[in-house]
Amino acid sequence: MDFSFTEEQQMLQDSVQKFVRDNYDFETRRELLASDRGYSSENWNLFAELGWLTVPFREEDGGFGGSAVDLMVMMEELGRAMVLEPFVPTAVIAGGLISELGTDDQKRELLPRIMGGELQLACAISEPGSRFNLANVATRAEAQGEKVILSGSKVAVLNGSHADQLLVVARSAGSQLERNGISVYLVDAGAPGVKRHGYTNVDGHGAAAIDFDAVEVSSAACLGAPGEAYAALEKVVDRATVAVASEAVGALDSLLQKTVEYSKTRNQFGVPIGTFQALQHRMADMFIECQLARSIVMMAAMKLDSSAGDDEKAKAVSAAKSRLGRAIFKVGQEAIQLHGGIGITDELDVAHLFKRVTAIETLFGNTDYHTRRFASL
Amino acid sequence: MNADFTKEELAFQHEVRNFLESEFPADIRDKVDRNIRLSKEDIVRWQKILNRQGWMAPNWPEEYGGTGWTPTQKYIFNQEMGRIGAPEPVAFGVKMVAPVILAYGSEAQKQRFLPDILESNVWWCQGYSEPNAGSDLASLKTTAVRDGDHYVVNGTKTWNTLGQYADWIFCLVRTDNTAKKQEGISFLLIDMASPGIKVNPIVLMDGSPEVNEVVFDNVRVPIENLIGEENKGWTYAKVLLTHERTNIARVPYTKRRVNELKSAAASRADGSGGSLADDPSFASKVAELEIDLLALEYAELRTLAAVTVGKAPGPESSILKIVGTEVAQKADELFLEVADYDALPFVPEQFEAGFTGAALGDGYLASTALDYFNHRKVSIYGGSNEIQKNIICKAVLGL
Ligand SMILES: Cc1cc2nc3c(=O)[nH]c(=O)nc-3n(C[C@H](O)[C@H](O)[C@H](O)COP(=O)(O)OP(=O)(O)OC[C@H]3O[C@@H](n4cnc5c(N)ncnc54)[C@H](O)[C@@H]3O)c2cc1C
Repeated sequence: MDFSFTEEQQMLQDSVQKFVRDNYDFETRRELLASDRGYSSENWNLFAELGWLTVPFREEDGGFGGSAVDLMVMMEELGRAMVLEPFVPTAVIAGGLISELGTDDQKRELLPRIMGGELQLACAISEPGSRFNLANVATRAEAQGEKVILSGSKVAVLNGSHADQLLVVARSAGSQLERNGISVYLVDAGAPGVKRHGYTNVDGHGAAAIDFDAVEVSSAACLGAPGEAYAALEKVVDRATVAVASEAVGALDSLLQKTVEYSKTRNQFGVPIGTFQALQHRMADMFIECQLARSIVMMAAMKLDSSAGDDEKAKAVSAAKSRLGRAIFKVGQEAIQLHGGIGITDELDVAHLFKRVTAIETLFGNTDYHTRRFASL
Repeated sequence: MNADFTKEELAFQHEVRNFLESEFPADIRDKVDRNIRLSKEDIVRWQKILNRQGWMAPNWPEEYGGTGWTPTQKYIFNQEMGRIGAPEPVAFGVKMVAPVILAYGSEAQKQRFLPDILESNVWWCQGYSEPNAGSDLASLKTTAVRDGDHYVVNGTKTWNTLGQYADWIFCLVRTDNTAKKQEGISFLLIDMASPGIKVNPIVLMDGSPEVNEVVFDNVRVPIENLIGEENKGWTYAKVLLTHERTNIARVPYTKRRVNELKSAAASRADGSGGSLADDPSFASKVAELEIDLLALEYAELRTLAAVTVGKAPGPESSILKIVGTEVAQKADELFLEVADYDALPFVPEQFEAGFTGAALGDGYLASTALDYFNHRKVSIYGGSNEIQKNIICKAVLGL
């Protein structure tokens, strides 16, 4: 065991910290939110230039190494500044699925374009009523000779409205809740029959509900062999879970820090409110939550990089997301409460951090779901 | 002690229920059911209907338009209102400023202001808080300086709920800078149309336009708008704050929300072929919430019983504010859990009347995160829950 950062990890952290310091103050972020895309294409190009888009990928795929701890280091810093660029949907989820499932040709074709910042992707996984169950897939993929016809509805597709191409999780065989028979298809976002209803989530991140109305793709658009995508899907979503969990750890830290600072400057009854012991203990509790969240998310990232078996890894991820969820409620709510009225306003960054962590609590399985998954593994 | 209603009380319940079923306008009820924000016009229309029935101001003395109901009747009335989702009258007029006018206003002020409150002709807002005077309200700095027959008011009030609709504002202002801070405060009624008043909207994190900053720049207010005596405003306001607190448990509304929650869970897929309502861990969370609500309800009934025998709502009513807001916020958390991804789209327009776009999410569950965000306010306003605990410590526990 070793808890120290490698030199590369230290450099990665420094570089993300420098970027957010120079480019991502709250006002700049607000302008990005108000822009058409809701994020900056220039920033995305910069991410590519700085090599960050290679972080989730293995060396043999041309990446930085693909370690979950690297990802954690980076996401935590992005989380502090609430970075809006769709790193997780494009690089971690879509990139991860291509790297896990794709043929050599598919990887050669797609991965360099992702890492080069040329391709925006989104992964259409959830469906109305599927909740967090990745095996619950009703969207059909029917083979017709050399063609495959995709039909079904997807919801909560992160980055869904701006992606150039979509990865669509669809069923080529089996019944709705079966793990076997699930495939992933690469679909042009502008293909006939693709109907996108884009919107913005409460955390400012773009998403879409997408209907696939008999969308025709070539059978070569399937990532790897048809019907065998489930295990890779679960693995990639687990990795994405650790990524957003790390982001939340950064954001929670930010909430704590801002609350402590505010309590030293806000005066009521002639003294800073931070002098009231009732509030001091509440901040001490927030600190404890932040530390436990950080510890358990680190555990999950380290487990993913370890020689542990698949179930042990999955269990570690669920432990992290479950415990983090409790920290999200506690730290988020207390940060707002201790700010008083100003904490409820759109004007202050604490409200935006609160919204982002609240959304993360739901993403890829809420607290209850992961507690249960932990117990079942 | 007896938990049963008498025959008369049952008849009253029947009467209230029939009235609400037939008179609560269907279009407003539909908006409430679909979680659509009510317009000023909706609210006023409904309040006028209540008033026509004579039920606008159950807490007022009968001679001024009160109902003369027993506490049990008031309880039944609130239960029935909550059951159907009929909004309580906006508190600022009928429940906040009116009790002060009734208790400390002159006869002329009663005649001038109370009828318009009953008839919902005038919309009031509350101007207490200031940017630097929140929990420590007595440190407020807005000044009112006497100039002949007028006060000249300068300063900034903030967090004025629904101030954008208001015709009048009741304010705490400083009339004496030399006295102890509680002793230099007066209670002043100000016409929002007076020259020198500027209302600046404050956007909350859920995007809702419900609070404002109100800036007073040399606003001239006739001295006849002063309530009671100069520099006694703090005492009057404290009375008002107790009234505010007893109305804040909102048990019937949280009950209704819990019912909505249960029906939402029953029709919500759990992702594995069943419904969320069948999930034992979810069901036990809802049960705990209902149990808390019952304890709260009986705590409130005990407080009401004490009021009947002539005691003013005492400091223990702080319990109602604390627990009432905690259970309401817990219900919001459970809604988030039921709604999963449907909780997240940020489409505040879909809560406005006339929205024609495709609603994102499943009926009442659409964008439930916005309710969760907005309702963080309830443990902050009306005297924050921390301040309520300070009151318990000091006034009840003697610490
Ligand atoms: C949505 C909304 C609507 C509102 N509507 C109105 C309105 O219509 N009219 C109006 O006049 N006001 C209104 N308010 C204002 C409300 O009453 C104040 O926000 C409240 O009194 C808290 O003051 P503050 O926001 O300045 O917080 P602060 O007083 O700065 O408090 C910050 C934190 O410190 C805590 N704290 C402060 N003092 C102590 C202490 N001694 N011990 C322990 N903890 C302490 C508080 O509990 C809080 O957690 C509204 C507020 C909100 C959020």
